[in-house]
Amino acid sequence: MSVKIEVEVNGTRHEREVDPRLLLVHFLREELSLTGTNVGCETSLCGACTVKMDGLTVKSCTQLAVQADGASITTIEGLSPEGELHPLQQAFWDEHGLQCGYCTPGMILAAEGLLAVNPSPGESEIRESLKGNLCRCTGYHNIVKAIQSAAKGGA
Amino acid sequence: MFPAKCDYYRATSAAEAIDLLGRHDNARLLAGGHSLIPMMKLRLCEPAALIDIGRLEELRGVSENDIGDNALRIGALSTHTEIATSETLRTRCSLLAEAARQIGDPQVRNKGTIGGNIAHADPASDLPAVLVALGATIHILGPNGERSIAAPSFFTDLLTTALEPNEIVTTIEVPVAPPGSGSAYLKVEHPASGYAVCGAAATMTIEGSSCTAASLAFNGVAATPVHAEAVTAALAGTAADDSAFRAAVDAHLEIAEPLGDLHASGEYRVALAKVYGRRALEKARDRALS
Ligand SMILES: Cc1cc2nc3c(=O)[nH]c(=O)nc-3n(C[C@H](O)[C@H](O)[C@H](O)COP(=O)(O)OP(=O)(O)OC[C@H]3O[C@@H](n4cnc5c(N)ncnc54)[C@H](O)[C@@H]3O)c2cc1C
Ligand code: FES
Ligand code: FES
Repeated sequence: MSVKIEVEVNGTRHEREVDPRLLLVHFLREELSLTGTNVGCETSLCGACTVKMDGLTVKSCTQLAVQADGASITTIEGLSPEGELHPLQQAFWDEHGLQCGYCTPGMILAAEGLLAVNPSPGESEIRESLKGNLCRCTGYHNIVKAIQSAAKGGA
Repeated sequence: MFPAKCDYYRATSAAEAIDLLGRHDNARLLAGGHSLIPMMKLRLCEPAALIDIGRLEELRGVSENDIGDNALRIGALSTHTEIATSETLRTRCSLLAEAARQIGDPQVRNKGTIGGNIAHADPASDLPAVLVALGATIHILGPNGERSIAAPSFFTDLLTTALEPNEIVTTIEVPVAPPGSGSAYLKVEHPASGYAVCGAAATMTIEGSSCTAASLAFNGVAATPVHAEAVTAALAGTAADDSAFRAAVDAHLEIAEPLGDLHASGEYRVALAKVYGRRALEKARDRALS
């Protein structure tokens, strides 16, 4: 069986026939060639695959592409216009909020999701909101600093 | 890692979902997908067809009961985020909002639903014991119409409920917290998965300095939620002080077949239940008095 879906990703509409078992993250990476969204654990724990779907952060390895039919999705590629850095991206750069960078797209989307509902979070709120995002490099400290600095800048 | 091949149908009403379940062999309802998709990816579950109920607005949202103002109805498709942030629940049934806020992480809460959580009936989930402690009622729709089950009778075994194959949870009805009452949900979470190793849900009503009514239930310690009715029966009418709580828990908390696994032995979970049960009662009392 294949199912026709229509999804808006980073402002562009895409229509595809998909196998119902296709995961959203594979749809984004393989069908749309948007490889900024990473696959880490594949078991819903690491958050590397986090994207925004209709304004809310979701783990795209734990959604089927068919569930996104009609939805509007933002991936790391769509966070800021081509060639520009989103304030969170700039803050991660400035504050050394990344080392290998594997977790970063998911971290930034999760942080953006937090700032959308809580524009000036405290440190513990930031840490709590990153519970679903794992980083094996930084020890989180500079990630928290980056999000605080982006929030101060009004991201 | 991806699921086995399956068909997919999107229901446009609860009645259509029931009809689709009846027409397809080995069909499964899909709500938020945050228990089902992980299981399908691990091939622990290979449904031939998914019936997607995720868009049924009729099953979503928190509203006040039209039968009276002492109960709230919550649509089965309400997400954990919606429940945790609902102003109505936070002020009138805060136990449920407090527990929903402790589920998984923000991404999980944005997708997972209360109906899926209780239908999946994972012993380490946070909502089952909360609904038992609240005295919630589960409303169900099936091929033969509607029926309702009290929360303690809904959970029948590990990952097993009283739902018949073609039935669907439509709403959950919870009583509004009475005046002079307080509640608390305390959780010892597994450090990696975040699921409950032990979760204690307590409610208490105080008059003067004595406890007039209380309830206590646990997640994570047995195959189904443990409803500690003997503990709270012993507390009714007594002074609501820490020593009374300790004595009641020590004398009356019985967990017939505690769950043990590589993360925590049955004995350890019983020890946790005693400590967290007591603390949940204390916190419920403190909130009732504040
Ligand atoms: C990383 C991670 C961490 C988590 N941590 C926690 C935690 O700490 N605490 C906790 O409680 N939960 C936790 N969960 C589980 C989460 O709460 C799930 O969302 C929930 O258990 C299932 O809800 P769902 O809507 O996703 O259901 P689905 O996965 O869509 O469905 C689950 C099951 O219920 C059935 N079903 C769904 N809706 C209905 C309905 N209305 N009527 C009848 N049957 C139905 C489905 O057929 C399926 O069998 C976690 C999940 C993940 C992925
Ligand atoms: S890849 Fe999705 S949570 Fe790890
Ligand atoms: S920067 Fe390497 S995993 Fe986070």
